[in-house]
Amino acid sequence: MFGLVPASHAAGSFGFLPALLAFSTEPLAHLRLLDIFVIAIYFVMVIWIGFYLKGRSNTSEEFFMAGREMTAWIAGLSFVSANLGSLELMGWAGSAYQYGILATHWYWIGAIPAMLFLGLVMMPFYYVSKTHSVPGYLDLRYGGGARTVAAFSFAIEMILMSGVNMFAMAVVMKVVLGWDITFSILVSSVAVALYVGLGGLRSAIFNEVLQFVLIWGGALLVPILGLVQTGGVGGLKKQIMTNMQSMTGVHGDSYFHMWRDTGSFAANPMGVHWTGIVFGLGFVISFGYWTTDFLVVQRVLAAHNLRAARMAPIIGSFFKMAVPFIVILPGLLGLVLLQNPDGSRRQLVGEDVVAACTVSPASGQVDNSSACSAAMAKTTLPAAYQQKVLAGEPDAELHSYNQALPLMMVRYLGPGLLGLGITALIAGFMSGMAGNVSAFSTVWTYDIYKPLINKKGTDSHYVLVGRLSILIGVAVSIGAAYLVMHAHGIMDYVQALFSIFIAPLLAVILFGMFWKRATAPAGFIGLLTGIVFSASLFMWVKLNPAALASVALSPDAKPMAENVFRALWAFLFTFVVVVVVSLLTKPRPVAELDGLVYGATKLPKEEPVPFYKNEYMWAIVVVALFAALNIIFW
Amino acid sequence: MHGSGIPIWFFIGVLLLVYGGMAFGYGIYEWQTGSYPPLVQLTELHTPVWWGGVLALLGLFYVVKFRPGRAGK
Repeated sequence: MFGLVPASHAAGSFGFLPALLAFSTEPLAHLRLLDIFVIAIYFVMVIWIGFYLKGRSNTSEEFFMAGREMTAWIAGLSFVSANLGSLELMGWAGSAYQYGILATHWYWIGAIPAMLFLGLVMMPFYYVSKTHSVPGYLDLRYGGGARTVAAFSFAIEMILMSGVNMFAMAVVMKVVLGWDITFSILVSSVAVALYVGLGGLRSAIFNEVLQFVLIWGGALLVPILGLVQTGGVGGLKKQIMTNMQSMTGVHGDSYFHMWRDTGSFAANPMGVHWTGIVFGLGFVISFGYWTTDFLVVQRVLAAHNLRAARMAPIIGSFFKMAVPFIVILPGLLGLVLLQNPDGSRRQLVGEDVVAACTVSPASGQVDNSSACSAAMAKTTLPAAYQQKVLAGEPDAELHSYNQALPLMMVRYLGPGLLGLGITALIAGFMSGMAGNVSAFSTVWTYDIYKPLINKKGTDSHYVLVGRLSILIGVAVSIGAAYLVMHAHGIMDYVQALFSIFIAPLLAVILFGMFWKRATAPAGFIGLLTGIVFSASLFMWVKLNPAALASVALSPDAKPMAENVFRALWAFLFTFVVVVVVSLLTKPRPVAELDGLVYGATKLPKEEPVPFYKNEYMWAIVVVALFAALNIIFW
Repeated sequence: MHGSGIPIWFFIGVLLLVYGGMAFGYGIYEWQTGSYPPLVQLTELHTPVWWGGVLALLGLFYVVKFRPGRAGK
């Protein structure tokens, strides 16, 4: 769910969550009775869906793979929705506020090519092999060693992510609505345990599609009304330029260019270079996430036939391209529209500034005024406003970049619609948890329990194990949520797990699918050493921040560049290991690779369909749109 | 959704119809009484009325098209 970490959470850090908690004294929004009804109806609906689907989740194929009967549309929406969590929405809106439309790279080049590649090139192998999971594919291709490494990595990552997601939701609900942390954690975990435990993957997919619709229904109004207020895109652009010029003396033009200023690290506010965007983000991170992360791939594996499985990511890519409209645009609009209670323009700040200016509940004063003063000195906050913050004046609030989206929602949404917007955020968090827990359950049952603990269980036994693993998974997630609440530093490591694991996995899977010569020892050793190498790079920068310049090859690189370059080096390292070990070891006979490797697999012939149902035709449309958008916003 | 059972689109339709109806109803009340929430902007556009209406109509379409018992895609 946190696959593509927002730029404002650079270096994989979600340390901003405790900072939000620390500063906030007054919730951003006050719900009316109507809003509470809207939220309650959502909870009743998702739990009812779980009970309703219980009767259709009796066999392992039904429980873990949703009976493999999803249409392309449902699998496609669920595929894209599994990545559309609330932290992503809030984080990327905050990134757009900070960096402008550069943040859109994570939605376009950071997703679209990989989604098309999954649908058109990789899906046949996943689908034809009838694997239940990504570690399951590794098992078929490389044997138990690679599977076990991948399965344990996935299982640990999924369950810890679910805990972080749970904690993140509780913090956001606390900040936005003033809800008690334990209340939010318990309500959300009971709801998720009920609906996934009862209905399995089918229930998780149903709720992801539901969440997708809710997010658009709840968030689409913000950019529409914001554009009305700024006088359209032209007005927004003009106001941003004026504000940036007066605030920082920098011309705000770079806020509207995705590629033009990426020729050097120093020329753009994000501190990234186009090579990192294209090769690190556009290839390694994006392909790693969208084609090998089991959380998203599981949705497509549930499609009812190969054509639907291939169409699902292509359908998803259209919606993925549209997401910046409800995420990036509100961030840009926040830059010119958000106001302080006194009517002056509100400037959002980094989480470090919010944390430094923590207010003591007892005195109502800033805890450490010298630290707060020093932190604010690095911002463009007006001097008079800084004085008000230091004096603890009630209308002098500090809000972080990540609050841009909720602040914009509060600005435009009245009773009922605000409830819908909040429900969309809750739904995003809950489907994230549900996705993690359902993926954990499948990997635990098929790739750990079945091969390593009990090979001879009946089908109903494995369904029971799956259900129990969901309950245990949710319980462990609650523990993880409280753990990160009391030891914030752990969150950095949990977030890093994903980015450490993904690049080596991508290299191993690509070789597995496209190189007949890749051997079982190469898969196992490549994956294991690649993970160790990637983790070492992470720890190197963690212990010595100056090492970032070496990892990203530039002294001007900012933390965001570390993610993309670390992924790139880890991929190349694993690439070399797999090639060398393969050449030194004996390959499997080609006959054994049928259904697993390109060139050794006879793909099933697909029935001809009219052009408007053909996946290649729609892929061409996506490519044309993708190219046009990048040229327009060059 | 293939197979028997209620399609997901029906659930979505119900939810949109209920939410849209609630927002629309509240929007009408707000418009009639003039009691707008003080901090919300652009209340003169009567957003809950038209947005609630759009959601409710969309929901109604899905409820009718994918109602249980009718073969849907």
